[in-house]
Order: sequence, then C-alpha cells, then structure tokens
Amino acid sequence: MSYVPHTDADRRAMLSAIGVSSVEDLLRGIPEPLRLRRMLDLPPALAEPDLERHVDAISARVRTSPGLVSFLGAGCYDHFIPAAVDALANRAEFVTAYTPYQPEASPGILQAIFEYQTLVCLLTGMEVSNASLYDGATALAEAARLGLEATGRNRLLVSPLVHPDAREVLATALQPSGAGISLLSRKGSATVFEPASGEPLAAVLVQQPNFLGGVEDLAKASALARSLGALLVVSANPISLGLLRRPGDLGADVVVGEGQPLGIPPSYGGPGFGFFATRRAHVRRLPGRLVGETVDRRGDRAFVLTLQTREQHIRREKATSNICSNQALMALRGAVYLSLLGPSGLREVALECARKARFLADRISRLPGFSLPCEGPFFHEFAVRPPVPVERLLDRLLDEGFLGGVPLGRMFADLGDAFLVAVTERRTRADLERFLEALERCAR
Amino acid sequence: MSHNIPGDLRYTETHEWVRPVGDAWAVGITDHAVKSLTDITFLDLADAGKAVAVGDSFGEVESVKAVAALNAPVAGTITETNRALPGRLEDLAGDPYGKGWLVKIKPSNPAAAKGLLDAAAYLAIVEKAGH
Amino acid sequence: MKAPPPFGPIEPLLFERGASGRRAVRMGESDVPAVPAESLVPSFALAPSPPPLPELSEIEVVRHFTRLSRRNLSVDSAFYPLGSCTMKLNPKANERTATQPSFARAHPLQPARTVQGILEMLESLERFLAEITGLDAVTLEPAAGAHGEWTGLRTVFALYRERGESRSVVLVPDSAHGTNPSSCTICRFRAAPVRSRPNGRIDLDDLRARADSSVAALMVTNPNTLGLFESDIGSCAEILHKAGAQLYLDGANMNALAGIARPGDFGVDVMHLNLHKTFSTPHGGGGPGAGPVAVKSHLEPYLPRPRLLQGPAGLRWDWDRPRSIGKTRSFYGSFGVLVRAYAYIRTLGPDGLRGMAEDAILNANYLLSRVRKFLPVPHPDGCLHEFVATASDLKARTGVRALDVAKRLLDWGFHPPTIYFPLIVPEALMIEPTETETRETLDAFADALESIVEESARDPETLRLAPHLLSPSRPDEVKAAKDLKVTWGTDSCGPMKRVDNA
Repeated sequence: MSYVPHTDADRRAMLSAIGVSSVEDLLRGIPEPLRLRRMLDLPPALAEPDLERHVDAISARVRTSPGLVSFLGAGCYDHFIPAAVDALANRAEFVTAYTPYQPEASPGILQAIFEYQTLVCLLTGMEVSNASLYDGATALAEAARLGLEATGRNRLLVSPLVHPDAREVLATALQPSGAGISLLSRKGSATVFEPASGEPLAAVLVQQPNFLGGVEDLAKASALARSLGALLVVSANPISLGLLRRPGDLGADVVVGEGQPLGIPPSYGGPGFGFFATRRAHVRRLPGRLVGETVDRRGDRAFVLTLQTREQHIRREKATSNICSNQALMALRGAVYLSLLGPSGLREVALECARKARFLADRISRLPGFSLPCEGPFFHEFAVRPPVPVERLLDRLLDEGFLGGVPLGRMFADLGDAFLVAVTERRTRADLERFLEALERCAR
Repeated sequence: MSHNIPGDLRYTETHEWVRPVGDAWAVGITDHAVKSLTDITFLDLADAGKAVAVGDSFGEVESVKAVAALNAPVAGTITETNRALPGRLEDLAGDPYGKGWLVKIKPSNPAAAKGLLDAAAYLAIVEKAGH
Repeated sequence: MKAPPPFGPIEPLLFERGASGRRAVRMGESDVPAVPAESLVPSFALAPSPPPLPELSEIEVVRHFTRLSRRNLSVDSAFYPLGSCTMKLNPKANERTATQPSFARAHPLQPARTVQGILEMLESLERFLAEITGLDAVTLEPAAGAHGEWTGLRTVFALYRERGESRSVVLVPDSAHGTNPSSCTICRFRAAPVRSRPNGRIDLDDLRARADSSVAALMVTNPNTLGLFESDIGSCAEILHKAGAQLYLDGANMNALAGIARPGDFGVDVMHLNLHKTFSTPHGGGGPGAGPVAVKSHLEPYLPRPRLLQGPAGLRWDWDRPRSIGKTRSFYGSFGVLVRAYAYIRTLGPDGLRGMAEDAILNANYLLSRVRKFLPVPHPDGCLHEFVATASDLKARTGVRALDVAKRLLDWGFHPPTIYFPLIVPEALMIEPTETETRETLDAFADALESIVEESARDPETLRLAPHLLSPSRPDEVKAAKDLKVTWGTDSCGPMKRVDNA
C-alpha cells in the first residue's frame, strides 16, 4: 500500500510515452555498484485496519492523562483546549497547504500569520513579531544571537532559573561562535539581578515565570541591562501574560517563549512553536519568516512573505540564522486559542492557575514533613520537599494514579530532594484533594 | 546592450565606483549593480568617522532579490555619509553616479589603491558576466 | 449603486471584528477560594488589566478562520509540482494515528515506564530511518530540514574539535539549496563553492583541488537540484575521506532513492531527512516538519542528548552522553510529526517504499516527456524524481518570464512549480510531481503549461498580469519590503536605519 494510484495499464502507457520498457531503464544513471540489490529490512506493509490495530496496541502501552492526574510542567503544560481550535486548525486547507511563497495561492494563511504576529505583539507588549520559530528554546537562542549581533559584544548574562534545557540549547548554539555565558545567582526561586564584573555584555536573559515557577522582578532585570548597556531578553510563559505585566511594558528588548500552552496539547513535547517579538529598531534582525501588508495590482489589501532576502534562502553566507520554516500550523492554533479566549478569558485561565497552585502549595506545606524549599511568589509551579526520597514518593504516587511532579535533582544540586509541581486550570478541586491525601499516604 | 559607465570614474570588481572630490573620494555603486539588484528596498550606511580597510564593508543594500555588501575600495576614514539617501532610494536607482553617492572616504594612502579599473576594463567585466 | 466585489469581500482582520464584551469561551465556576489577584502576584509584576486582545464571539472566530482556510490551495485540493518539496498526498490514516488521545496527552517528562509504547515507536523509527539511509545512528530531535542540517554540521564541528583538527571550510556546490551555506556560517564554517559541470554534477577536478586539510565536509544533494544522480558520488566520497573530511548529504531528494540506493552505501557520513517531504507528513502552511539526522558510527557520540537506551526495565532516555553536542531544541523532537512518519513507513513497508521511489521517477519522466515538447529542459537525461525546464527562450521571444508562467498556472487551478531555482538554470521551473498523482493530473498540468506557452506568443500581456481569476493578484512585494508593515495598528517600520549598540 503506497498511495500510488497507478494500475499496471497506467504504468505501461506511461513507460511507452517515455519510450522505455521499464522503470529500471530510468535508473541507468545510478552506477550499479551503488544500487541496493535487496529489499529494505523493514516490517511488511500494514493495511489500514491492521495499522489501526497496531496503533491501538501501542496506545495501550501508554498511561497518561486523564487516567493519570498530571501535575507535570517544567516547560510543557496541560491546559484546556476549546473544541473550536481543533475544528478550525485541523481543516485540510490549513494542514495540507505549503509555505505561502506564492501569495495568490495562500492569502488565507498569510493573513492568519499576520494576525498571529499582531497577537504576539499585543500579548507581549512589543512592536514586531516574526511568523514563529521551532520552539521556545530555539527562540531564546535566536534572541541571544540578535543581542550579540546588535551590540557587537561577545558575552551573555543568563539567569540560572531559565529552563536548564533552554540553557543547554543556547550553549550548543553558541559554542562555535565562542560567545561566553555568565550566570547570575539565585535566591530561592528568584534571580538576583546584580551586575557581573568582566567583559561588556550583549544581553541579559531571564525567564518569566522562571523554571521553579518564581515570578521575577523584570523592572530590576531591565535596570540591570540598561546599566550594562545590554539588551534585555525575556522568555515568557504566554498564559502567565493574562495576569503578569507584559515584558514589553517593563523594558524588554526581545520577548520570546514557548507557545505550546496556547491551544496545543502536551504531545510528548512537540511540535509546539516559539514566539519571537522585538522592537522596530531590530526588525531587520528578526530570524525566520515575516509576513507584511501591501496592496495588489487592483489596489486590494494583500499579505506577502517579506524581507526574504534576510532569510537564508537568498542571503546564503551572510544569513542571520538558517531558519527556513515557521511552525505555521502550531502558530495558527495559538492564534485561534487567543481569539477564542480574548483578554478576559486569558485572565480567567491565568488567575485560575495561580489560585489553584496557591491553594495546593498552602495545603502541601501543612502536610506532615512536607515543605516548600523556595520562598517567593510563584505563578502556577512550585518546588516541594517531601519527607521521603523523591523518586520513591513519585513511584508510589504513580501507582495511586498521579503524575506527581518533575524531580529537580538533575537540574539543581541543592534541590535533589525536591520535585516541581505544576497546577493548571484543568485540575479540579477534587483532583487536588485526592492528591493531597495520596501525598500524605505515600510519604509514610 | 549599452551600459551606463561614465568614462571619468574608476571602478571595482564588486561594482563600486569612485570619484575624487577634494582630498576625499566619493564612492557609490554602478548603474549595472543597481539594475542587477532590481527593486531596492533598504540601504544601510556606516557612520562618518568610521575607519575602513580595503574591502571592508561600509554598508548594505537590500532589494527584493538580494542583499549586497558595500565594500570600501580604499583604506581610510569615512568623512561623510549620504544621510538623505536611505529615505530617498529612488535617487540611488535613478542617479547612481550623482545623487546616489553613498559615502566619502579620505584615503590613508591614495597610492595604495591599486586594482581600480578604468571604464573600459569595468565594461569588460560587465559584458563577461553576460548581462 | 454598489455591486458585490467580484472575488468576494476582503476578509477583515481579527482586530477589525468583534466588540467590547464579546467572548467565545468560558472556563466555568472556580472550585477553589476566590483569592484576589493582588494577594497572588506581587505589585511589581501584576498587570492591572490583561493584554488588549480582540474580543470575539465563537461565530466570528469560526467564520473568520473558515473563510481564511478556503482561500488557500492545498495538496488536498490541488496539484503542487514544487521541485524539491515532494508535495505528495498526506494520508489521513497518519492523521488519525497522530491524534490518538494518549499520544496527544502524553507529557514529555512522564516516567519512562508509563510511555513504553511511545518510546518503542520512536526507537523503531530510528531503526527504520537507519535502514533506509544505510547509516548507523539516528536522532529524531531536529524540528526541520534546516535544523537537521545545522545539527549534522554541528556534529562534524564537534568531531574535529575533539580531534584537535582545525578545519574551517565546508565545500558547497554552486547549485545548492539556500540553507546549506547559511548552516555553515552559523557553525562558524566558511562555505566555499565547488564548481558544478554544466550538467549540474560536481566537477571532480575542482573538488580534488580544493579537498585539503582545511576542509571539514562537502555538502551535496543527491539526486542534485537538477534531478540527476551524482554518478561520481563514490569518487567524491573517496576524495573527501582521503583528505580526512566528511561527506554530508542533504536528504531532501530521498523520494528518488528509498529502496533503490542508500547514502551510507555510497560514502555519506552524515545526512538529514525531511519527514514532511519524503515521508508524507503535512506541510501545515509552513510547518511543523521534522529533520532527523542520520550518521555513521564515528559521529554517533556527538548526537544531541538524551538518546534512547534499552535497559532491563525497558527503554529510557539516557542523558549520560558526555561527548554530545548538547541539545538542539526542547524535549525529544516534533513527536506529532514523527508519529505520522512512523505510520507512513509501517503502511508502505519495504515494497511500498521502493514502489514510492520508482513511481516518483516514473511520474517525473512521464511529465518530462510531455513538457519537453514545448519547453526546453536543458538536462533531460537521467532525470529521476524531478526535472528543471527553462523559460529563458520564452522570455527572449515574448518577454514572458518563469514568474508569469507560474502566475498563469494559478488560473488553471495548479500551484506553480518552484521558480528561479536552481540558480544555474536561468528562468528555471523545477517540477516534481511525486508518485501519488494520477496520469490524468499530469496530463492536465502539461496541457495547461502548453496553453500558457501558446498564449505567450499570442497575448503576453495577459500573462504578465496573471492571475486573473484570483484575488489578490501580483501583490506589490517591493512596497511590502520598503513600507514594512508587519503589525496591525502601527505605522510602517521602514525605511529604518538598523540600530547597532541599541
């Protein structure tokens, strides 16, 4: 089964029109020693009903929400997704379309991306946004690159509470260039914004809320960046922006983040999308694609991919990044989600997340032997220190039907005895009460 | 096909022209360069006071087709930049040898500017490129 | 008197719709104490009001995006012979597989024992891609072809760094795809050109002259961008390996090779694949895709981490990879895309994959045999899954360019082929039909193209203003770049001086 429509009669007619007797004749350009003369060693083809059975068997070996009640976060969150998001984003005209290089062939997609760009600006308080990047971590790396290029400096100052995986993506991306990374220090779940001594800095990078859920003081981060003549780059959780002040209003020069919480299910970590917004002064440094407004030959409003010469496919050796694609379909989901929620809906979701997290945190802190190791305000995540080893507790919680949290030992040596709990608006009061009972029971 | 290559100027292989003006040299890009770029959309020029070596970039010109670096034909200091030009790109396309001048460079050693082509030699390059 | 607009009303922007107080979705009553925002968030961080997003009802959102969706071509509605893009059918069985609730809801940080089904599927996909490419190890992490390309080069960079060899040059044929040189630059390699012969194949003499100890790799596409197999690829590999360098393959054109020849067998050390090309995952209007990287064993230690490891308790993610380049993105890859590719490979099986490539080659050659009767194809011999025609004669005779031909094809209901690429063919039309098209579609496309060629002699002006049956028509791209307007409700950004040290 290969989706090829041809019958043998079709093939014969086509070969005849070409003037050869078999497809083998068309492969003459491939030297014989390089030909694979056996079949590929792969499982035999599955007809559609067999594929379905096979996939059902795979699914049966996956235990997840809602069968398990999830308190997992750390960069990927389980939010409610209104039905209209799937209904609209799964339309085949969006799913199976190509990149809108021909503006007359895809005006709908181009307009949707223009709207997405504007929504990101409204969400973050910035002036221009691109058409999206692969994810929040690569967007952060691209923001760092913008900072290095705009200032001509070679060093970055990074909060240790930026997601450890995002920091690793950053280090991997910058390693060949030799740009240096210095870390700020932290106190509990907040970054300490104190000047570092040493080389001039290109940018200060901070995450809001940070990896431990803490709410950062972005005004302090901005003041630090200004005093160093550096750019301020903020990686922001988009749901939190329903409640927290926009980084653009607090002096950020670039705002990036992971868009998965906006209408995309956890999907085992991908695909999501990275958003990237900045000030007009840096518009020509935007990585990736950009949609602009113009008029056509009839004088009607039209949208096109613009500034493509900045992009890799025309600038070649002088490209600012090699990003060729955006996550169009994922960004579309984000745009539909934001359209459905509107300002009050986003505020409501953010508030509910914060309330539920506060409720759970307060109650956990009163469980015998449990404590919250990090002081300071948090949005919807917080660290928990149980009276028993973390791995054992989480194992037992799993047997009770809970994905209790993310162990912190891999990321922070001083929190090896703690785990990170995330609470979204999807967790009901009943979920929270049952979780508290289970925590107490499993910690005996 | 006729080309607009004034005889009194000197040229580089990368399609810049130079004209001595007092003790500085006015530098621009040729009519051939402008036509190859087609619709010019953006121009970025370095500030006056910047020191450049031969071949250093003193700016960038961008069109819907390409981005091209602007290369200094001689080592020296930029004494003047055509500030009005980025806002009047039609002058660059329409009058590349006159109103379309880009920067003025005071050479640190005028005699070291070898490799500048006369009009005939530049014409040969343009024709060889097949335009 | 007003008349209805001929192409339908211009669809307003989201921000031109809605009204204060409208809302599409509500979350329901809260079941925890209604603590005020002020006691949850410190005043330095609390926003007095949420971002000024548009306020829309569900019917406005539904109609808006439904109407936008209908103003697009898509593979499901039209033929897309885009060279180098492999716009084949996106099978619906793959969609159903990928949207299984358990796959959608799985969190990447769940304990391995809860997601063995997922881990086994990913491990199988790695093995399948290794078998198809003839290489030894595969990473599924990169999010797109360009991302995979960068990842592959990054492992080469790590190899030479560890060996203490200073190799800063990557050779790229002048017919290469645009991402190749920019991927080099951001890895701090210098891209240097290698000449192609007129038939698009690499000039071995030039390669021999340039392949010295400063060269880290040669990047090739095979078949090349003219659709021709690089028959000297074995010799290329020898020259490079003798100079201590790596052979990198851009796997964009694997649709012609699957089951027929394997890159690992012709000397490739590292390559990326495009799952949204060869392996049928949908393009989504510009993404998401996925760009897995396959390597020979000497590069395996440098692959991104974590990697899947079989242990006594099953598969798990192994972070203990000290020589790894690190991470290229968050989590493990574009899982939703990977699942679709997995389903595709399981559906085709070995026979189906080989048939896919053979029929892709058959379809391209059939279309070539028709098109070359009225449009010159400079390098027709040995075309595999795509070919390049040229409109330069047309332009010389009638003034009609490849761009105009492309725009007129839209009036016929076809997406145009890739135009102006590869750069070595002037007025290029790169045509790749793929294997999932019927003969009737290929004939209809050839007929349309032939009509356009005839039309160019009779009535070139009509072509220069095409398309006529669509709105918009010929948007002003120069104006878009000059008067840069990328955000609704703000003035344009240009012409702005780029600000350094801002």
